[in-house]
Amino acid sequence: MSIGSHFSYAITVFLMVAGLFIVIARGNLIKKLVGLGIFQTSVYLLYIAPGKLIGGTAPILDDRFTIYSNPLPHVLILTAIVVGVATLALGLALVVRIREAYGTIEEDDILARDADDRRDDGQSG
Amino acid sequence: MALTVVVLARSRNLFAVVVLMGIYSFLMATALVALDAVDVAMTEASVGAGISTVLLLGALHLCKSEEMKPVRKPWFPLAMSASTVGMLVFGTLGLPAFSDPTAPIHTHVVPRYLNDVMRETGVPNVVTAVLASYRGYDTLGETTVVFTAGVGVIALLRRRRNTKQEKVK
Amino acid sequence: MRHDLVLRVTAKLLIPFILLFALYVQFHGDFGPGGGFQAGVIIAAAIIFHALIYGVEAARKAMPDSLVEIMLAGGVLIYAGVGLVGLVLGGNYLDYFVLDDDPVQGQHRGIFWVEVGVAVTVSGVMLKIFYMFASRGRDPE
Repeated sequence: MSIGSHFSYAITVFLMVAGLFIVIARGNLIKKLVGLGIFQTSVYLLYIAPGKLIGGTAPILDDRFTIYSNPLPHVLILTAIVVGVATLALGLALVVRIREAYGTIEEDDILARDADDRRDDGQSG
Repeated sequence: MALTVVVLARSRNLFAVVVLMGIYSFLMATALVALDAVDVAMTEASVGAGISTVLLLGALHLCKSEEMKPVRKPWFPLAMSASTVGMLVFGTLGLPAFSDPTAPIHTHVVPRYLNDVMRETGVPNVVTAVLASYRGYDTLGETTVVFTAGVGVIALLRRRRNTKQEKVK
Repeated sequence: MRHDLVLRVTAKLLIPFILLFALYVQFHGDFGPGGGFQAGVIIAAAIIFHALIYGVEAARKAMPDSLVEIMLAGGVLIYAGVGLVGLVLGGNYLDYFVLDDDPVQGQHRGIFWVEVGVAVTVSGVMLKIFYMFASRGRDPE
């Protein structure tokens, strides 16, 4: 088991953790959604890379080839990509509404505004 | 791709972030073609680099913000990321090597699909046959998910009245 | 963008070919890469392109809101309907073998209609989301 045989997993892990880092460490909501998208694409790599056979071809049957890449991960990831863009659209709609309600899309400002509201409600209530 | 992601993480201009995401999606689609996943690459290129970029730009225009605030030193997230890297690498050491024909992924149900697809469905594109015929229920669920996302966006953004004067103090 | 001649002429030349390519990807999905999802997204992209160059109002006239909403729901109904037809003709739900005397032809028919349903829903949803985003910023004016 050398470094070369697990190279694809190294790339996947790097992209996954980079996406995770952007989600946790950055305060802007749109950037968090972009980080989530990067995380999702790393998962696509995680599924598709083991399916490839060196010397094979795309899984479209033809008389000239005998070895094909594994078609099952392709099916699952096709679904995953479309679901990913659906969640991105919903997330962006939520961000737009948050912007209209709070006037900002920075996480720190939103949390501060909520804390102020809670304090005001506590004092007046 | 790694370089794109690093620049994306460090950049503060949101417009640059969106463009870099589009570049990243195209690079991912190219990598997928290199891995012989042509259907997936076509979907990733059209959906990731096309629709995602359009939606992000639309949201950016609606939010009217171009710059983020300067970030604090992110020591805690970096530490958590490093520990996650450790755990994930430890986990992937047990996974099969790249392009190993005896891996479990190649042995259970896939040979049946590859051998029987012409006889049972007559469709050479195995991915379409599996998606629409062998695993048709999953595709029905996915279509419903896309429909639900559309309905959700309609529900969220439906009121065309300008709500800014009501909510912002 | 309305007044830029190069963009308008290029768009007029390109959009029919994009739509044609989308139809090719849809119907040739059995023999090459492609299928319902890709075709639906490409159709939506062509109409978004039209909206970017000529304005959202012009795109709205070509594809009115009611048509897009009907497409949204209609695609899922087509898919579920194929399943029901399978039930009615004697097999299980979403059984393609009973759709024709020859089971392989039945599979072809089932896959064809299912992909059409998927493409209709996906293009409707993408287009509707774009319309919602584009009109949200326009109304306060």
